[in-house]
Amino acid sequence: MNAELLPLIFAALMGGAILAYVVLDGYDLGVGMLMPAAERAEQDLMVASIGPFWDANETWLVLGIGLLLVAFPAASGVVLGALYLPVAAMLVGLMLRGVAFELRIKAEGWHRELWNWLFWAGSTLASFAQGLMLGRYITGFAPGFGYWLFAVAVGASLCGGYVLLGATWLILRTEGALQQKALAWARWGLMWLALGVALVSLATPLASETVRHKWFDFPQVLYLMLLPAATLAAGGWIWISLGKSDWKPFAGAVAIYVLAFAGLAYSLFPYVVMDRLTLWQAAAHPSALKFLLAGAAIVLPFIVGYTVYVYRLFRGKTRAGVYDH
Amino acid sequence: MEEALLLARVQFGLNIAFHILFPSITIGLGWVLVYFRLRYEVTRDAAWLETYRLWVKVFALSFAMGVVTGVTMTFQFGTNWPGYMNKVGSIAGPLLAYEVLTAFFLEATFLGVMLFGMNRVPGWVHVASAAIVAFGTTVSAFWILALNSWMQTPAGHTLENGTLIAGSWWEVIFNPSFPYRLVHMLLASGITAAFLVAGLSAWRLLKAPDDAGARGTLRFGARLAAVLLPLQMLAGDQHGLNTLEHQPAKIAAMEALWETQKGAPLVLFAIPDEDQRTNRFAVELPRGAALILTHRFEGELKGIDAFKDHPPVAPVFFAFRVMVGMGVLMLLLSWGSVFFLKDPPRWLLWAFAGFTFSGWIAVLAGWLTTEIGRQPWLVTGVLRPADAVGEAGGAALGASLTAYIGTYAVLLIAYIVTLTHMARK
Repeated sequence: MNAELLPLIFAALMGGAILAYVVLDGYDLGVGMLMPAAERAEQDLMVASIGPFWDANETWLVLGIGLLLVAFPAASGVVLGALYLPVAAMLVGLMLRGVAFELRIKAEGWHRELWNWLFWAGSTLASFAQGLMLGRYITGFAPGFGYWLFAVAVGASLCGGYVLLGATWLILRTEGALQQKALAWARWGLMWLALGVALVSLATPLASETVRHKWFDFPQVLYLMLLPAATLAAGGWIWISLGKSDWKPFAGAVAIYVLAFAGLAYSLFPYVVMDRLTLWQAAAHPSALKFLLAGAAIVLPFIVGYTVYVYRLFRGKTRAGVYDH
Repeated sequence: MEEALLLARVQFGLNIAFHILFPSITIGLGWVLVYFRLRYEVTRDAAWLETYRLWVKVFALSFAMGVVTGVTMTFQFGTNWPGYMNKVGSIAGPLLAYEVLTAFFLEATFLGVMLFGMNRVPGWVHVASAAIVAFGTTVSAFWILALNSWMQTPAGHTLENGTLIAGSWWEVIFNPSFPYRLVHMLLASGITAAFLVAGLSAWRLLKAPDDAGARGTLRFGARLAAVLLPLQMLAGDQHGLNTLEHQPAKIAAMEALWETQKGAPLVLFAIPDEDQRTNRFAVELPRGAALILTHRFEGELKGIDAFKDHPPVAPVFFAFRVMVGMGVLMLLLSWGSVFFLKDPPRWLLWAFAGFTFSGWIAVLAGWLTTEIGRQPWLVTGVLRPADAVGEAGGAALGASLTAYIGTYAVLLIAYIVTLTHMARK
């Protein structure tokens, strides 16, 4: 295999894994953040709706970060070193909400309340930290107050984005009063996310000259504007289909993530660390990449296959008691 | 820099020590659950289903703890040891990625079916899901021990432009210490799970002496331990011989053998003195070490004096003795209880209850023996920790370390309280 092609393939695999993570764990983190807005019985139903899936969802993060370590070791040191504290915050958040799944069922009395609270706090901390990481990453970890403020704004926006995913997931998986509530949450999430996406889209070209040239140089600006137009359309589609369809809002939310991701990928390419390291400069030795690609080519279709199987197995509305164990 | 290195090591060591507690339960418990579930499928006896339902809860909680601490570990490879990935990433990376691809997704996905799918799938699919999850945990151990063993006894690599690349993946994976380490760890997990099952059942019986199910699982756990412990001693002996061949300095530290000699004694107890290079208060069995390690009375063993690079003696020496001592106590308890299990007396219940987490102590002691025994190397002969540490400053490391310690403490307490609470409810 061509040694020039390997880093490109692995960038695509890594990007795919991260996108899968953001969408999949995004909805269950979103559900976690919405917990305080719901009644006691509804909370149990909300957690039940993500119970069979969250574990596998989080595995996509391990795959994404694993691919960064394996395929782009030079970049992994720079990226993870620069993101040291937000990564630690995210990990603490993920730990707390991960075990809270199990402990909130088994605990009683105020212990149970505590784990419910930690489930919410962990979800929120992890989501915000991920947004913060994204904000730092796309500006190439530039120092200065303004850049940090930008990262905080992205962190808040991603929380809104996950709330949208979580709310539309609940519209898909629940019914009755909870579903009605989820409609209102989805509207809030959508507005919050729209503000965030607009902010990021405007700030990124201002913050980075590379990005400005890539997007606004003539003539590519003409067809590149299809991307924000499509994102706007997806947002509008969610807004109109709220209350009319169970699945369209979730599909629309996923579409927004795919489009935003495509935009980000376009902004970054060919860099894996903005303006510093390209994919090819950071890539691991071809011997490692070839060995891994052989395995990935065989195993990934199976992973996709049994993931689809499990989602089909647990399709339909979540009802109380069904997921007890 | 010194301080940052120490903090980075403490942070990573603490994370990995906390993490290893939970896989050491789930690898063994996964297969125990397959057995319980299969017994129900064959006998249709509701008691087996009850047993399965109870223990799958323990498994789910342990598994969640393992997942979240494992995710943390993956990130800490990058945040704490960027030099590790730069130098040996082309070997370590693919092994870790194979673990994710072939094990993590499998376990995590089918755990959903195992926990929530019983009424949605045919019985055999549910049994198969349990088996797939158990298989996944074992495959996970395979890859992580391949990497760990490679760091202990590297093989199959070549040096190119200052970084290591694999010459032969077969030799990398099946490096000299791997088969021994894998067997040792899998047996350790089986024993840890066996004592957990027996211990929590004993807690239950102390509260509710007539619980027939708990009596059955106590019997099961005790017998499983009684079968696995002698096998573990055999595997441990073979592992020791392998270490003698490939990492003799580690053996010298484990035995607190300062000078190369023929017919070396077995030091039962001592306080190794690193400065004076001697043992204080030594209680020795003449020619014991020579007999165990060379299987001859007059066999020669290399002492610390034979090695320029060697691990610190005292921690390796003590950790090894804690592991072996724990193993002997576990053997005595499991064998000693054989005739009392039909109608277990209270003293035996208290003994098993006290040994609920005995596997953890042995696993941690063994892990400390082997990992401290690898020092001063991160990858034997290739990379030292100081050359792998990242740029994170003492403040960032200290702050995150505090957060991690707080989180681990909360999780560990919650875990133990929840399990014992479940057992007594």
